[in-house]
Amino acid sequence: MSENPIERAAAATPQPIARNVRGLSDRALAWWFVGPTIALLLAINIFPLIWTINLSFTNFKANRPNREIKYIGLRNYERILNDADIWLNMQATAHFLIWTIVLQVLIGFALAWLINRNFRGSSFWTTVIVLPMMLSPAVVGNFWTFLYQPQIGLFNYIVSFFTGVDPSSFEMLGSVDLAPWSIIIVDTWMWTPFVMLICLAGLRSIPDYIYEAAEIDRASRWRQFWTITLPMVLPFLMLAVLFRGIENFKMFDLVVQLTGGGPGSITELASINLKREAFEKWRTGYSSAFAIILFVTVFGLASIYVKALNKVKER
Amino acid sequence: MKRYLGLPVLALGGGLLSAPAMADDLTLCWAAWDPANALVELSKEFEAESGHNMSFEFVPWPNFADRMLNELNSGGQLCDLLIGDSQWIGGGAENGHYVKLNDFFDAESISMDDFAPATVYAYSTWPKGTPNYYALPAMGDANGWFYRKDWFEREDIRAAFKEKTGRELGEPKSQLELKEIAEFFQGREIDGQTVYGASIFTERGSEGITMGATGALYTWGFKYENNPGEYDMEGAVNSPAAVEGLEYYKSLYDCCTPPGYTNSYMGESLDAFKSGQVAMAMNWFAFFPGLYADPDTGGDKIDFFVNPPQNIPASTLGGQGISVVSYSDSQDAALEYIKWFAQPSVQAQWWSLGGYSAHNSVLNDPGFVDSQPFAGDFLEAMDGVQDFWQEPAYAELLLAMQKRLHDYVVAGQGTAQEALDKLIEDWTEVFEDEGKL
Repeated sequence: MSENPIERAAAATPQPIARNVRGLSDRALAWWFVGPTIALLLAINIFPLIWTINLSFTNFKANRPNREIKYIGLRNYERILNDADIWLNMQATAHFLIWTIVLQVLIGFALAWLINRNFRGSSFWTTVIVLPMMLSPAVVGNFWTFLYQPQIGLFNYIVSFFTGVDPSSFEMLGSVDLAPWSIIIVDTWMWTPFVMLICLAGLRSIPDYIYEAAEIDRASRWRQFWTITLPMVLPFLMLAVLFRGIENFKMFDLVVQLTGGGPGSITELASINLKREAFEKWRTGYSSAFAIILFVTVFGLASIYVKALNKVKER
Repeated sequence: MKRYLGLPVLALGGGLLSAPAMADDLTLCWAAWDPANALVELSKEFEAESGHNMSFEFVPWPNFADRMLNELNSGGQLCDLLIGDSQWIGGGAENGHYVKLNDFFDAESISMDDFAPATVYAYSTWPKGTPNYYALPAMGDANGWFYRKDWFEREDIRAAFKEKTGRELGEPKSQLELKEIAEFFQGREIDGQTVYGASIFTERGSEGITMGATGALYTWGFKYENNPGEYDMEGAVNSPAAVEGLEYYKSLYDCCTPPGYTNSYMGESLDAFKSGQVAMAMNWFAFFPGLYADPDTGGDKIDFFVNPPQNIPASTLGGQGISVVSYSDSQDAALEYIKWFAQPSVQAQWWSLGGYSAHNSVLNDPGFVDSQPFAGDFLEAMDGVQDFWQEPAYAELLLAMQKRLHDYVVAGQGTAQEALDKLIEDWTEVFEDEGKL
């Protein structure tokens, strides 16, 4: 045995695992490990995406197997982008998206700030607050439908109690003016706890000594909030906005349960219309083009947003 | 895989029911509603006679079309027999989902002349009106009305109605009379409870508002085409009469429905009536036996009337034919079932159990009209039924109408004229895609 410490260390270092597998290099072994995942991704993500792009240029209808499939170029895209009803769907989606995010960020941050003060019973209240996000959207949709019922629903009676208006004089789900807000209220009720938890993680990641230093510098609470709390929580907040934005852009189940897209098409979000086109009207080519447009939109917006998020984190 | 090709051999061998080659497991698919339960009872006799085992797949109405059309489109083998909506017949035939039954009917001497012509036309034939049969009429149905007879007979209510309208309170003889009665009851206090005029179909997701609104549109004279088969919709779909009919339906919705009934269909209509909220309600005749038997609002408290005419008498067609699914491995046994079901004795029993037979031997029986309080109305309704498009692209056509009607009637967006004009644009696009325009 060599006395040279370098040689001893080299001898003690285990052989690369690949050398124990006959004929395989480390690189080859790595491919064996990641190969199945890549194959799975190609099969269930990439191939369907490419296939969808291909279908989007055709007049294919999945319920008409005997019909001749024709390539119609950009006709589907042209139809979608020139369809006033589609733009109304996009407006409804934008209204839902913007207001749910604004409300959830404001309320979620406020709740996180309160919970972070560690008052007596704060753990209990944290548990209570996060309960809605643990429920199934189908269940939430169903019971809010009952809560909103104008004759027997609790919601109208609560509004009546505070405002004095007749509880059966307004319909949250049936009114053109109120229905968009009714779905925003439910989504906010359900998902604000999620934003709160992310904000709470952000608040708890701020070291106490920064606040102590600020106290020594006689910074007011207000100044501490604007110069310490908010900047340090901002990356977390932006992450929450990203998650909720992507989720709500795809929102389907909750709104279908609540309004089915109605009254009329007032709450028909883009995803609801897409489902109708794809699986009720069976316009597969058309709906593929619609899906690609939505995908590009959400992917593009998310990419821009992630770049902004990274810049904030670098600061 | 057994196919219908083997049928003549079996038939020559002495008849289908007398000597089944082997017991099969048959699955019959339909909507989950009262008549389906009656069919389960009825089918026990078939099981005893044939030795085959019957099982049933009943899907709630809101999901029925989605579920079953997905099954057919994917070539699924869940259903051997399918009682599918009349509008599916075009797609069922053209896409090869249903077995063509002409040879079978000829071999078994089953004559379509034995069934009510309107039901044969609507439930069995494709292209429409041609002697190409893809289903046997199984369940005649139409959209009708029922009302609180006990309220209509109360002297104080009758007097109040006469004072307000100058006429006697009774079953409406026109759509406008129906609305007048609904307006009278809307918001009225009866036995300490606020009641409402009428429950009508307003559902957005599947077919509800179309089935309800067409009940009014047809009576005003709405037509799908100027010349049948030519898809010339301008001036028919958006005729002044059609616009007036749609405006009427919206006004009925605005004036006289219970609060919150913005997305109501069969279930909500039944609930509104059974809970004592409404004086009148529309629904399919299929539910009428159950309504009449209801201990709280049935019996002496209920009566029925056919969809009132306006310019012409007309009712929206419901009902279905029974088809053999071409992907079934048990087609011979499924055909046995159809042969058994077509027998006059079985059809009579079908009616007695709560199903609506379309067989002439049942409908023309002298005792039929008096056999149930709604039987006469049913016959009258079936004389004037009109159906939605039955094209292979019916789902696209239907959903377009659902959107345009709901946008106007419930959401109050635009005018009736605009709604029907846009509907023509939507339908034109569909027929252009189909190569029919």
